[in-house]
Amino acid sequence: MLDTVPITKEEICKPENLVYGRTPLMTDATLSYCPGCGHGTIHRLIMEVIEEMNLQADTIGVAPVGCSVLAYDFLNIDMQQAAHGRAPAVATGIKRLMPHKFVFTYQGDGDLAAIGTGETIHACNRGENITIFFVNNGIYGMTGGQMAPTTLPNMKTATSPFGRDIETMGNPLKITELIAMLPGTYYVTRQSVHTAANVRKAKKAIQKAIEYQKLNKGLSFVEIVSNCNSGWKMTPVESNKWMEEKMFPFYPLGDIKIPK
Amino acid sequence: MTKTKDIRLMKGNEAFAEGIIRAGCDGYFGYPITPQSEVLEYLSAQKTKERTGMVVLQAESEIASIHMVYGGAACGKRVVTSSSSPGISLMQEGFSYLAGTELPCLLMNVVRGGPGLGTIQPSQSDYFQTVKGGGHGDYKMIVLAPASVQEMYDFTKLGFDLAFKYRIQVMILSDGAIGQMMEKVELDKQLPRLTDEEIIKKYPWATTGKTADRERNIITSLDLNPAKQEIMNRKLQAKFKRVEENEVRFENIHCDDAEYIFVAYGSSARVCEKAVQLGRAKGIKVGLLRLITLFPFPYEEVARLSKQVEGILTIEMSAGQMVEDVRLGANGAVRVEHYGRLGGIIPAPEEVLNVLEETFIKTKTYA
Ligand SMILES: Cc1ncc(C[n+]2csc(CCOP(=O)(O)OP(=O)(O)O)c2C)c(N)n1
Repeated sequence: MLDTVPITKEEICKPENLVYGRTPLMTDATLSYCPGCGHGTIHRLIMEVIEEMNLQADTIGVAPVGCSVLAYDFLNIDMQQAAHGRAPAVATGIKRLMPHKFVFTYQGDGDLAAIGTGETIHACNRGENITIFFVNNGIYGMTGGQMAPTTLPNMKTATSPFGRDIETMGNPLKITELIAMLPGTYYVTRQSVHTAANVRKAKKAIQKAIEYQKLNKGLSFVEIVSNCNSGWKMTPVESNKWMEEKMFPFYPLGDIKIPK
Repeated sequence: MTKTKDIRLMKGNEAFAEGIIRAGCDGYFGYPITPQSEVLEYLSAQKTKERTGMVVLQAESEIASIHMVYGGAACGKRVVTSSSSPGISLMQEGFSYLAGTELPCLLMNVVRGGPGLGTIQPSQSDYFQTVKGGGHGDYKMIVLAPASVQEMYDFTKLGFDLAFKYRIQVMILSDGAIGQMMEKVELDKQLPRLTDEEIIKKYPWATTGKTADRERNIITSLDLNPAKQEIMNRKLQAKFKRVEENEVRFENIHCDDAEYIFVAYGSSARVCEKAVQLGRAKGIKVGLLRLITLFPFPYEEVARLSKQVEGILTIEMSAGQMVEDVRLGANGAVRVEHYGRLGGIIPAPEEVLNVLEETFIKTKTYA
């Protein structure tokens, strides 16, 4: 036993000791996401960047249907809730009429790459000056873990209980590579937030995407490959490992299209 | 000093397009479909960006159009889309979201015959879809039924006013005949578009960016708490009731001494107006109740007339949709029959007068 007086909580929690705080752009509401889910980290990163760039009063966010449908409970900015898949159209309406605002969507893979494929492709192809944050967890999280357009071959979900059979259920869609080919996109990148190093990289990508919107050069697209430990039926630690082993080989991290 | 009027010969669809520009519209989003494509074509030719700053965008689908409208409306902007029946069917989920979030906007349907791809000819078979819901959930939209090219123009300003007064969707329910025909239209002066500052002041609910002086604005129809969702629904219903109490519009044509009346709207009302003239020339005391608002429906006026007349004949280019509301209004006080043509055929005035005579006069039995 060390013969020292233990440091009390009060002694530690002093303003001068503060090295990191929660951005005031996150509300006090308790996150409703499953423990271990990446949404909370991604929310925080986007809000930190908006705070650092002093954009709160200029930001309008769009949260469509999916696990992040309640994002507006946590993000302290003006927000619109969009119908399933239609966020890029909603954002187009906002940005065309409020071109000086920073407009972003925050979409899941079912939302962006299945029901909303048309809106996604066309908003990207028109080069709308918006930013799309695309959270790819390879599954329909909110509705209980059904197969998504991004579900990997042989992956088990509630609607592919014996694994995704690509013969009958089709192939996973690399929508991000697809939209990178469109002339309307300016910056397309794929990130993750499952380690501290990846969080730092993802934040840089988010910063760039937001900065690029100011240039009016087209659409910036940040995919974040994330976990869904509930839907995948794994512990958070297992799910992050599985993501590294299975998801990243199919969805490799890094920039896909960078401004020339 | 004589004031020269600005009168032009225009198609109904063009009058609508000119109307929204002059009423200070901020954005139009649409997708081509016959018989309303002239709206987007006219707007595109008008260089609206230079004329008033209005945004015009051809969307990739009617689904995209209505959700672009949603985004703009949620920012407090004056936004519009229009289409014809199949395209309007595609928009129904969007209408439901607009209702749930109480967003004001102006919509227009140049109705063509269905079901399915149907025909490009005029029809009035979208009454149920428009007046009774269409999308999911308990909601209503204000429905205006123009019967002339002038009204296609006039109802744009009226539509915006009502939309913002109640935070409600307003649908102009037109048809292929009214959209395509040419008539003279008297135009008003250009109204200015609201500035962003004016919008922030007038519509404090709009998502214009969260400033330090207010809480964040959230446009959503979601509430997972049933008790709160019920309160929200009751609030919506109270609003629809206010609309019913204050916004009923109709026109009585020769109804004062009428023994028989037609009830009709849009193109059918024009046919009936002519039939009333023909009937009167023959000595038949016939009148016309022309509906201008379909929601709110003039139930009270139908009830009043039901006590006066000996028969009501509804004329609608459908298999009999609006007649259900007329029967509700009449509530058994008088016999109400329907006559309609389907598939894009407009009935002739002689034809509907003949039906009136056959139905109510020639078969009249004296006890
Ligand atoms: C028109 C429509 N169809 C289906 C649904 C049901 N639904 C809600 S969320 C969802 C899947 C969302 O999955 P994803 O976009 O991958 O987001 P996640 O929940 O995984 O974050 C579905 C199908 C809906 N709300 N609306």
